Amino acid sequence: MSMLEAAHQNDIELEGACEGSLACSTCHVIVMDEEYYNKLPEPTDEENDMLDLAFGLTETSRLGCQVIAKPELEGMRLAIPSATRNFAVDGYVPKPH
Amino acid sequence: MLGRAIHRSSKTISRVCSICRRDLHVCIVGSGPAGFYTADRLLKTSDEIKVDMLERLPSPFGLVRSGVAPDHPETKTVINQFTKIASSSRLFFFGNVHVGKDITVEELRNLYDVVVLAYGAESDNHLGIEGEGLPGVFSAREFVWWYNGHPDCANLPIDLQSTDTAIVLGQGNVAIDVARILLRPFQELNATDIADHALESLKLSKIRKVYLVGRRGPAQIACTAKELRELLGLKTINIMIKQSDLITTDQDEDEMKASRIHRRVYDLLCKAAQPKSSVSISGSNKELHFVFYRQPVKFFPSEDKHGVGGVQLEKTHLQTQVGSGRQQAVGTGIMEDLPGGLVLKSVGYKSLPLEGLTFDSKRGVVPNVCGRVLRQPINDNDPQFEPGFYVVGWLKRGPTGIIGTNLVCAEEVVASISEDIKGKMVSSHRSRTGNIGLQELLITRGIQFITFRDWQKINAFEVEQGEKKGKPREKLIKLQEVLQIAFSS
Repeated sequence: MSMLEAAHQNDIELEGACEGSLACSTCHVIVMDEEYYNKLPEPTDEENDMLDLAFGLTETSRLGCQVIAKPELEGMRLAIPSATRNFAVDGYVPKPH
Repeated sequence: MLGRAIHRSSKTISRVCSICRRDLHVCIVGSGPAGFYTADRLLKTSDEIKVDMLERLPSPFGLVRSGVAPDHPETKTVINQFTKIASSSRLFFFGNVHVGKDITVEELRNLYDVVVLAYGAESDNHLGIEGEGLPGVFSAREFVWWYNGHPDCANLPIDLQSTDTAIVLGQGNVAIDVARILLRPFQELNATDIADHALESLKLSKIRKVYLVGRRGPAQIACTAKELRELLGLKTINIMIKQSDLITTDQDEDEMKASRIHRRVYDLLCKAAQPKSSVSISGSNKELHFVFYRQPVKFFPSEDKHGVGGVQLEKTHLQTQVGSGRQQAVGTGIMEDLPGGLVLKSVGYKSLPLEGLTFDSKRGVVPNVCGRVLRQPINDNDPQFEPGFYVVGWLKRGPTGIIGTNLVCAEEVVASISEDIKGKMVSSHRSRTGNIGLQELLITRGIQFITFRDWQKINAFEVEQGEKKGKPREKLIKLQEVLQIAFSS
């Protein structure tokens, strides 16, 4: 299971415009601990091509659809970059997709 | 036709009459990525927001449908997301409604509490040089719309048989797209959603050479890695890049150190310039030439004077601008002629102004701060905003970025709108009748608007027609045919 799929299954709002086909960068996530980032296999050229265009790119950025769950990644923390906080009006909580 | 429209809409009006008066009525003009991401984020901020989305074409999705190349189907997958957003009971799509012609911006601002302009950029930067009007000179946008079946460009006189050379001015991703479509073996396009008239034309194409011309050097090239990699990877072409063009200055190296995109793209060009073994160079291959440090001075006519014969190019060198530090291309006075019978200018899109709309015609955007439209005259020290009036997407930022860039842009604008709702600068008012008022107005004017359900009928028809030919869809282009399918029972 990829982190994009895991996010959707747990009602976390992570966009996946191209649905995991390496044609966008909307599922961009930041691996918060460098040691976990180093445990991940290197990104392919195709993933790097899409990361080039990601908003708020960092040294430990990856595409959520390309990070696959494995036992040794237990405890990994991922941050979702965002341009602004979403201002919900009157405390309204949006229903997930 | 009018009777049918009234019958349909009275069913819709009765459904819509149960709205609570406190609802905020929002109108988004444009149904491309900017419009859809804005609609989605807005609907998520509150249960009491209703969104009407206006689109001048019968079909939604903007450049996802008419800009993304036929051989890039994965990039179009986002249409699934947009379709889901459109199925919200609080979103109403109005296709075939032309703001500026069927209805004015002022009328929309009287009907809706919030108006967001998301209509992108439907024109081009002009070079303003001699011969620009010669037959055979087109903008890349027009060529893209032509092969993507956009109704505005279906009858474009694209002639791929009278010349073997196409010159593309510009080296951004749109330039790469048009070069790739011209160079691909047409068989590879048979199973795509390319417009039929374009496929037929490409089957008979005599184009064997494509030149991609840029004012600056490989370290400044505007395209991105994925697109360049794909073009350079085409099997049946010989790639010509001059080794001397790849020499970099210290400043080039500094720029590439600061930009991952430019570093990776430059490395791809270096790899492609390496002399290949003689085995892989075939006489029957088409040629792709990268021409750097050249700017167009004029277009000259062909010998028979029937169309364009080529471009006169001026050699450039780079000069660092004081202040911005940007390396600018400056002419050296050394000229050369590049012959070619088809010229595609890929030097940037440009937004169109609307009557009554403040517009920065130099940048091609509506002056705004975080999406809030600025009121004229603009005072930098004390900016005033037009209440309830916003822009998003290319009309806000200028015509750059990819589909996903609009997600970030939409979030910024929706944050502005939310702040303004909280701060009472924007509020729902009984006098603004939103959806009901719009439908009444359109019916009175005999405008045959297309609902999202109508679009789904058109969509199903296109897919069905495509299946017969092994294509994902066969796009309907003529408005009358589209309306016939849309309004069929």
